[in-house]
Amino acid sequence: MVSANTDLTYNSKIEGDVIVSRADAVINWIRSSSMWPMPMGLACCAIELMAVAASRFDIARFGAEVMRFSPKQSDVMIVSGTVTYKMSSAVRRIYDQMAEPKWVIAMGACASTGGMYRSYAVLQGVDRILPVDVYVSGCPPRPEALLDALVKLQEKVKREPSASKLLSA
Amino acid sequence: MSAALDAVQALKARWPGASDRATLDHPAVNVPASDLVAALRSLKEDHGFDVLQDVSGVDWGAGSSPRFTVVYHVFSTVGHDYVRVAADCTDAVAPEVPSATGLWPGADWHEREAFDMFGIRFTGHPDLRRILMWDGYPHFPLRKDFPLSGVPTELPDAEVVAETRTGAIAAPMAGGPFVASPGEINMTEAEPRAKDESWTERRPKPEA
Repeated sequence: MVSANTDLTYNSKIEGDVIVSRADAVINWIRSSSMWPMPMGLACCAIELMAVAASRFDIARFGAEVMRFSPKQSDVMIVSGTVTYKMSSAVRRIYDQMAEPKWVIAMGACASTGGMYRSYAVLQGVDRILPVDVYVSGCPPRPEALLDALVKLQEKVKREPSASKLLSA
Repeated sequence: MSAALDAVQALKARWPGASDRATLDHPAVNVPASDLVAALRSLKEDHGFDVLQDVSGVDWGAGSSPRFTVVYHVFSTVGHDYVRVAADCTDAVAPEVPSATGLWPGADWHEREAFDMFGIRFTGHPDLRRILMWDGYPHFPLRKDFPLSGVPTELPDAEVVAETRTGAIAAPMAGGPFVASPGEINMTEAEPRAKDESWTERRPKPEA
């Protein structure tokens, strides 16, 4: 005969090991540990982005090696290169197609401010059309600088009130 | 006498409107726009100048006459020599020259670029659209009266404009050009930047 479970406390012999934590910590740990980049490679910064993905710098150490060329499968758009006005609408549209939660890294001088292209044809900073989370200086930045930006973004994600955002959504 | 000089002499003999053009390197000839395609055809078929290397435009500035000139560089794979052919556009407001796409299909994109940058229309071109700037861009950026910094313009995608409330802005050089600093210095200081950062598009240039 099966009796009702009257145990009021946790019984590890029945339920196995359990870790108690906050929902924010768990959600943010999941999100920050596997940030799939959307490589928005538009100029020479994209070459450095490829170096970051390759074995020497190995972005896989930070869980972000899965470059997704589909916006619906990616979490962080890395805008690496010169955004011309002609391209800016496409960049914004791809950002709009990414699923929440999503973040943006502006990699290099051009993506951050227009860089040396003070011109009629170049968007003067991708933050004019996108909410940028991390800016990376450099022309182009060293691969280590992009890894640093990714780590900074992960720290930012870990501070987000994800649980309350999900509940209020 | 080289094949190129022969060809130029032959052109001048055949088309009385053609004249010598000042040059520092290859033989060059001015041709009236009405004779342009016939002259290029003669160069290609009679003189062996079978490769069209480049088509470019010149703006001599508002008020000049002629204001716009189209320049063709043709190369002979037989004689290994170049000839430069220039044609002035008679109309300064709506400049027009006949297209060379019937002779060289490769002229297509060159002419689209000249149209995009200078507004020179190539009559008979199969698909004369802008090639670098977006369709509907109202200016011709390489004209002399177009400022280097650009002019405020709406972006092409109305939906994106509504969402971002931004457009193409004038971007003055702000003390540029933007150059990297040479020498063994700190990487951060060596970044390309304007040498005079006291003025930007938000803060006007201080009076000297």
